[in-house]
Amino acid sequence: MTEIIGSVINLDLMARYGPRFLDGVVVTLQLVAISFLLGGLLAVPVALARLSKSGVLRALAYGYVYFFRGTPLLAQVFLVYYGAGQLRGAFEAVGLWTFFRDAWFCALLTFTLNTAAYQAEIFRGGIQAVPRGQSEAAFALGLPRWVAYVKVVFPQALVTALRPLGNELILMIKASAIVSLITIYDVMGVTRLAFSRSFDFQVYLWAAALYLILVEAVRRLWAAAERRLTRHLKPV
Amino acid sequence: MSFLKLEKIVKRFGDATVIDNVDIDAERGEFVVFVGPSGCGKSTLLRMVAGLEEVTAGDIYLDGVNVTYTEPADRQVSMVFQSYALFPHMSVRDNISFGLRMAKTPREEIDRRVAEAARILQIENLLERKPRQLSGGQRQRVAIGRAIVRNPKLFLFDEPLSNLDAELRSQMRVEIARLHRNLGVTMVYVTHDQVEAMTLADRIVVLRAGKVEQIGSPADLYERPDNMFVAGFIGSPKMNFLKASVAAVNGGTVTVRHPALDADLTLPTRHEPAVKPGDEVVLGLRPEHLAVGDGGAARLTLRGEFAESLGATSQLYAQTGSGETMILQVPGRRSLAAGEEIRAGFDPAHAYLFDSTGRAI
Repeated sequence: MTEIIGSVINLDLMARYGPRFLDGVVVTLQLVAISFLLGGLLAVPVALARLSKSGVLRALAYGYVYFFRGTPLLAQVFLVYYGAGQLRGAFEAVGLWTFFRDAWFCALLTFTLNTAAYQAEIFRGGIQAVPRGQSEAAFALGLPRWVAYVKVVFPQALVTALRPLGNELILMIKASAIVSLITIYDVMGVTRLAFSRSFDFQVYLWAAALYLILVEAVRRLWAAAERRLTRHLKPV
Repeated sequence: MSFLKLEKIVKRFGDATVIDNVDIDAERGEFVVFVGPSGCGKSTLLRMVAGLEEVTAGDIYLDGVNVTYTEPADRQVSMVFQSYALFPHMSVRDNISFGLRMAKTPREEIDRRVAEAARILQIENLLERKPRQLSGGQRQRVAIGRAIVRNPKLFLFDEPLSNLDAELRSQMRVEIARLHRNLGVTMVYVTHDQVEAMTLADRIVVLRAGKVEQIGSPADLYERPDNMFVAGFIGSPKMNFLKASVAAVNGGTVTVRHPALDADLTLPTRHEPAVKPGDEVVLGLRPEHLAVGDGGAARLTLRGEFAESLGATSQLYAQTGSGETMILQVPGRRSLAAGEEIRAGFDPAHAYLFDSTGRAI
């Protein structure tokens, strides 16, 4: 059995880089999870600004979303990471250089801003999908606008947004491979390191398998969460 | 002063005027129904009373207070929507108590009010269910319950029965009437169904194209319509209209002529008649006031088309010689052969007369 596995998988290579790959998985998950959550928090005000009656707010939010959805994530990562180096003096003056000199924080910031733009559009769609009668019913019950939105509109908007948010999370897991280009040892960073030392193409297959496992795990967890959160909508 | 007063209300969407200088009063405890065809502005008017739609011009007074620019939350008004607008993520109990909970009402008070509303509406056994588990009629009751518990000064209903089937609609109509009797609260109700309007209202406001055509009790509107639109809108089947000509005007009477009439018909007028011999007028006859045969002081000769049997009554469709369609509503089952000549008698006291602009004479 070991011989069969050994003929398919380079066990020495696995022994040498296996722990590094697991570290890479942790880095990938941390990057994606933190940026996804922070992006979600930023997305709500951006979505509300996109729906605002104020032309200025709408224009600012639209510009932000337009830029981050309209340019490649790779370009955004390079812009922040290499651009920060160009502005070192300015960042040192305001005490932000310790943040921007670290590739991890640059990646986290870029991913947060990028996913916030996508999530803002998802939330905007979710909010617009809630029938107008729902907020009006809340107003007619004597609720202030913010209560109506927090207690009535947002919970329903979130249900509509669940599936596209799941897609966005999966896209982020796959897109996270980009950070390997700025010296971060995520799954792809470790893969590139292993390949540069072993020249064994097998490590890329391991990376593909790991991404598939991660995506499938997230997909299943998300589907379970979605089932639970939409129980009240299922016909009896 | 009236409990609810709408004063010179105007609503424009861009260049389109959807409510045009409307004045309406409602007394405390009155059941007022806004009725009219689709797009006449009745729902927009109701939404302005609720504060969900901005008023372009004019004022709204509630219990003597100008609420034109008051937030919906501060108007002490409850609204029941056509779509029910129940919150799908909350149970029936939470839906009903939601407004009270957000207003920080004491727990015992909330429980008491919810229990009372559930008892009145017979939904005690539904309190733990979610809206998806309810039928249309049950959802409607929950929506009404949610409005009741706030003890509002004014109830607004926006076509609340239009999504229900015929049987449930008539059942809920009775329940809403009973609710009004028990609560004694002022209610404003929007519908395009004149049967609902006639059965529920103390007073009906008939709207067309953003203007008030007539305000009055159901009996007033049925017996003394101000114009052809109201005459045709109130009553089912709708009033028959025949183009006639004035033969003579004599003080308080007008004599009209029509080829289908056996003889000239002299009718009393409601107003000083602004017509003269030779003018074109419209004669209005309700289907239920026409009887087959030679009974009645006035008679028409018609050519039969077909009959619809409705069980207790039949509707006969016939034409005058000049091709005007007439409907007769007669008791029992009655067949009618195409082309069959029929005589229709009526009492001139039940005939209506309108001038060429459609105003009642």
